[in-house]
Amino acid sequence: MTTTDTPTVDNGVNIEALRGAREALTNHPEAATFQWRASCEWARGTHSRTMITDFFGLGAEHVHRQTYAVDADHPEVFASEDNGPTPPEIALAALASCLTAGVATVASNRGVQLHSVKATVTAGMDLQGILGIDGDVRNGFDQVTVTYDIDADASRADLEAILVQSQKRSAVFDIITNPTTVQVTLA
Amino acid sequence: MRVTVVVIGAGQAGLAMSRHLAVAGLDHVVLERGEVASSWRTERWDSLRLLTPNWMCRLPGYQYEGPDHDGYQTAAETAGWLEAYACRTGAPVRTRVTVLQVRRTAGGFEVATDDGCYFAAAVVVAAGASSDARVPAVAAEMPRRINQVTAMRYRSPAQLDATGDVLVVGASASGIQIADELRRSGRCVTLAVGEHVRLPRTYRGRDIYCWLEAVGQLDERYDEVEDIERARRHASVQLVGTPTRMPLDLNALSAAGVCLVGRLMLVSGAVAQCSGALASLTANADLKQARLLQRIDDFVTEHGLLSEVPEPDRPAPTRLGSVPTEVDLERFTTVIWATGYRPSYPWLDRAAFDRRGRVAHDGGVSPVPGLYVLGLPFLRRRRSNLIAGVGDDAAELLPHLREYLRGAGSPRVERRSCRSVIEGAGEERVPDPMDHRIDGA
Repeated sequence: MTTTDTPTVDNGVNIEALRGAREALTNHPEAATFQWRASCEWARGTHSRTMITDFFGLGAEHVHRQTYAVDADHPEVFASEDNGPTPPEIALAALASCLTAGVATVASNRGVQLHSVKATVTAGMDLQGILGIDGDVRNGFDQVTVTYDIDADASRADLEAILVQSQKRSAVFDIITNPTTVQVTLA
Repeated sequence: MRVTVVVIGAGQAGLAMSRHLAVAGLDHVVLERGEVASSWRTERWDSLRLLTPNWMCRLPGYQYEGPDHDGYQTAAETAGWLEAYACRTGAPVRTRVTVLQVRRTAGGFEVATDDGCYFAAAVVVAAGASSDARVPAVAAEMPRRINQVTAMRYRSPAQLDATGDVLVVGASASGIQIADELRRSGRCVTLAVGEHVRLPRTYRGRDIYCWLEAVGQLDERYDEVEDIERARRHASVQLVGTPTRMPLDLNALSAAGVCLVGRLMLVSGAVAQCSGALASLTANADLKQARLLQRIDDFVTEHGLLSEVPEPDRPAPTRLGSVPTEVDLERFTTVIWATGYRPSYPWLDRAAFDRRGRVAHDGGVSPVPGLYVLGLPFLRRRRSNLIAGVGDDAAELLPHLREYLRGAGSPRVERRSCRSVIEGAGEERVPDPMDHRIDGA
């Protein structure tokens, strides 16, 4: 679909700016290098608070409009105080919000007006992994399912195509489905 | 030796260009490192047949004349067919001449070879889009006892270790064909599947290429598609040419007992980790296939062909069982890299490459004046990488080339020894364009 035959829609996504950014970063790939940061501080027990303030990108330092705090804890069934979602649940939130941002962006790019978008995420986990009971069981999810309920001015086939494209361009979908090298060190 | 045009490579592209140059009365030579159709003879597996039916075997002034119009020529038959074309057109091919360096000079080009130096006003690089196997960086992490073979070096199941599982990486035409052949030979095969393009062998009673021709898909031009760079990187279609027009897709491979896994991401010790995103890729391939088949259905309706062709026979959506994300390499003895091919022209003037190390061109016209490339994917149209596509591309490059020659006048040639060029050839290496992307895997 070309820009000329794209109907005007308003999903609150600034598509012109995104297209401009894509073109600018194609010509200046060095500006596409970003670094995301978070700092986490232990509170008590399994409770911790992660602060997100700044990041680097487009060749410069940037500061969020405000510092965001994300509390994480374990639930009471683990004898914890449940001061926040568990870290795996935060990972699911990250996946769903990343895919949903993608749905809105791709839909806007394709001229599809959205009325409502809801994603339900479920993930299975066998605790024998993290508890070290069975070495053959992994710590992480065994399967993640994301189910979308979308009300939009588009056919089912168009919505399926938007979902596929959203996965193709999603950072967190890639982070969760593909391995990443992680180094944990003592400062 | 002085000549107006040097063509590098005597495959379908070089021979098509030669034919057009000859008709235009332009003196030229075609330099070929081996024999005519060298890649077809030496760099393809034994059972390989063309993906396109024989009625699509056509080059300028030449076409398939055998009895089996709907069949698919073997690689060996294709080599013979090209050899006959070279004979019939009297193409000035110099075989067993290896190009060492192509350098732009003030007066034109110096083409240094192991058979002396050629001075030319223009050069057409027709050295193939598949001169090198693309192998991802993860290959270096494979356990040493595992034999690694590229699709270019693979010949037949008999060539591999007789025991142990085989991991085929890449599920485009090469990967699915090799996986299928190995499975039929009784091997346990795991296929790592990345981004892929799905197409049925036949649809509504006709070969898929019949429909692609009819709807004009193959004629889409490079200056009309939205993102030509992406279009040029597309993997080859999941197809096989067999006498029975056998369909071959991921469902067929699963049913035959091939284990499907996601794109191979990394190897850690004796464990290969594969992407968990396979379902998203198969959904994408299914959607794109459905879109193309809908285009064919619309064509059938619009052209009043409903009474002539059978009802739509859409292939089933890709079914994936539980797809493991880890593969224990202990039981494997062989890995076959069917992760794509790439052109490799280390002898070409570095001004001919873009910053990512790929040959820069606009529809085959290089930014280096007088330099042309031919036979690359989507060079000027979607059919550019097909035998039935290079002829039209060559025909369209010819007027540009003649215009250039008129402007260049009689090329002035530096009268200096070629020896220095040859001795310097090793130093002028272009940066390795390999981006370590696992193409199609």
